[in-house]
Amino acid sequence: MSEVLLNSILTLGAVAVVSAIILYFVAQKFKVEEDPRIDDIEEALPSANCGGCGYPGCRAFAEACAKADNLDNLYCPVGGNDVMKKVAEILGMEVQEQRRQVAVVRCAGSYEHREHHNVYEGPENCAVAHQLYGGETDCHYGCLGLADCVRACDFDALHMDEKTGLPVVDEDKCTACGACVEACPRDIIELRVLGKRDRKIFVSCINEDPAGPAKKACSVACIGCGLCYDACKFDAITMYDNLAYIDDKKCVLCRACVEVCPTGAIWEVNFPPRKPKPAKKKAAATAKKANETKGQTTAKPINISDLPKEDKPKEEKTEAKQPEVKQDENKTEEKKNETNENNN
Amino acid sequence: MVALKTFKKGGVHPADNKFSADKPFVKAPLPKMAIIHVTQHLGAPAKVLVKKGDKVKTGQLIAEASGFISANIHSSVTGKVMKIDNAIDASGYKKTAIYIKTDKEEVWEDGIDTSDDLVKDIPYSPQEIVEKVKKAGVVGMGGATFPTNVKLTPPPGKKAEYVIINGVECEPYLTVDHRTMLEKGHELMVGTKILMKALGVDKAIIGIENNKPDAIEYLTKISKEYGGITIQPLKMKYPQGGEKQLINAILGREVPSGGLPIDVGVVVQNVGTTVAVYKAVQKNMPLIERTVTVSGTNFPNPANYIVRIGTPIKELVEFAGGVPENTGKIIAGGPMTGKALSSLDVPVQKGTSGVIFFPEEAAHRKPYQDCIRCAKCVSVCPSGLEPYLLMTVTEKQMYDVARKNHITDCIECGSCSFICPTYRPLLDYIRLGKKTVMDQIRAERAQKQKK
Repeated sequence: MSEVLLNSILTLGAVAVVSAIILYFVAQKFKVEEDPRIDDIEEALPSANCGGCGYPGCRAFAEACAKADNLDNLYCPVGGNDVMKKVAEILGMEVQEQRRQVAVVRCAGSYEHREHHNVYEGPENCAVAHQLYGGETDCHYGCLGLADCVRACDFDALHMDEKTGLPVVDEDKCTACGACVEACPRDIIELRVLGKRDRKIFVSCINEDPAGPAKKACSVACIGCGLCYDACKFDAITMYDNLAYIDDKKCVLCRACVEVCPTGAIWEVNFPPRKPKPAKKKAAATAKKANETKGQTTAKPINISDLPKEDKPKEEKTEAKQPEVKQDENKTEEKKNETNENNN
Repeated sequence: MVALKTFKKGGVHPADNKFSADKPFVKAPLPKMAIIHVTQHLGAPAKVLVKKGDKVKTGQLIAEASGFISANIHSSVTGKVMKIDNAIDASGYKKTAIYIKTDKEEVWEDGIDTSDDLVKDIPYSPQEIVEKVKKAGVVGMGGATFPTNVKLTPPPGKKAEYVIINGVECEPYLTVDHRTMLEKGHELMVGTKILMKALGVDKAIIGIENNKPDAIEYLTKISKEYGGITIQPLKMKYPQGGEKQLINAILGREVPSGGLPIDVGVVVQNVGTTVAVYKAVQKNMPLIERTVTVSGTNFPNPANYIVRIGTPIKELVEFAGGVPENTGKIIAGGPMTGKALSSLDVPVQKGTSGVIFFPEEAAHRKPYQDCIRCAKCVSVCPSGLEPYLLMTVTEKQMYDVARKNHITDCIECGSCSFICPTYRPLLDYIRLGKKTVMDQIRAERAQKQKK
């Protein structure tokens, strides 16, 4: 019995030793020389494999980084500047800091702003609906509300707001990988650079129709009136196809355009509440005037019923925007605290 | 009795509901304001030739073809151009249109013969015929709106052997082709002769489904006066009106994947198109009116109308008796391939063959469930495709797989969606996949040409 056991152990052991020797020499012979830094870089990357950098997965990006002479055109939007610094350290190169980008939904046509006059019953897919017809509203540029962008997002940074029927971007989670931009068949979502304290100003409409039809289809449409274009002192606004577009690289966040927009199509996000009242441009302006005539300069809450009737829809808009604004307020407060601490 | 011919692969049998088959054509009144789109055909939009304030006559050229695959557009009324602006069309998108306010008195453009006299002699050469058809802006009236003159100019090296006239009208409800065959039989025959002459062909076959026995009988009788034209009765089956299916049914030939009917020596034209060709060649009449069926299960007076292009569907429906109560959906075209209208302001276009009302209870889609792998869609697909697979790969954006599985051969007949027991939106997805793959192919072609 013990002989059998010994024999088999010896035989197998011999086979193992021979195989190991063969394998060793084969491995030496067919060794693939690889830059060891690639592994290091891959380690540093977030492993999201989202393709936001333009390469198919983190490994491919790491390879591209290792091969590149400089890191000017290579950027991992998910990891951001921190990760890129690490990558640069590994490679012993310099990297320029880039401003953070987030996805921005350029449609504000919620249920209350756009009249829905027909019902779509096809599959829940924006691309299918977009190819089929103009949509449930008169605006053929706006959001179809079937959530292709939400499904495209790998980071859970988008969700549909049931009240408005529009997607909402969670700025903290958004990595600017661009998957939603690609998924949207109407090119509504855009990646925009954030300003100081994550602030941004953008035209929340892409309706190219002339003023009449655009306003009829949606009460918060950009009507291409050009008032913001005139108001902007920094050449950040361009007008084309009955639309205003704000260049995020040129915009200095002065908010002059927000104040003059007659439809409220220009949005300001992450700004501190305005004095005397936040986000209500025209109302604020009127209130200011009224206060001035009375000789009062202190901020005083405005009674909405006192305002002219045409301002009322605006009130709705503020409501619709409230969740976002609230969040932003908290954020700004936090930031303020931080700065205070720093000062201390 | 010999079994009637039909196409071999697939097909479905929707209830034909031809309520208006015995209703003669009625001329609909002129529109108060004609809205004439510059894209009423497949291909490039026509170039607008008029401007705001211009006076136009009926039949005057107001937009000209702007490419090889494009068509001329003529004014369908006499009046003043009010504006050139975007107007919603059956697709639900806004497209450039010319608004013409109609005058009380109608003045026709010079050279147009508006009489009903039959002109049998065809003194024109094939080139002249094609030129006249092109000038008149004739497009396929079955619904696909492909410019007819392009079909009449086969690519070099290919020769037509047969002309097939499509009198199948396999779409439920629609009866315009049926009525045209009964009321314009002689015009149809002369039109067929013109097409034969233009293509240098001596054989023509008119295919008619056996649910129109009166048309088969009448055309068989009068075809004896005109040489070379035979009538082929066909067994009812949808989508027999598809070009490739019709060729297969009549001649037993199979158009190759990605090919055209001319590859098997055939040119197919619709009955309505053939009459339009007759009018264009013999009467210099441009395509400014078409035949439209207004019908529906809940519609009290289904009928056939001759309508000027650009008449808002709202005005046509009002003339026909108004939208019936309990209407849940209105479709422009036939119920299988037509488009649900999002607004009644949409004007009648060259491709609008019907306006069909659906009662509320029949208007809605049922919620769809998972595929149960019954393969009914595979067995009914007239192109021999696998719709369940094409839908899934499109959903997953695997367009290369869709392309390998010949998604571009889909004729968008909707048989798969019609038959699916779990109500899956097969065609919706296949259309998306087909368009995406076609875009890819076009992009590749453009790149090759650049090189």
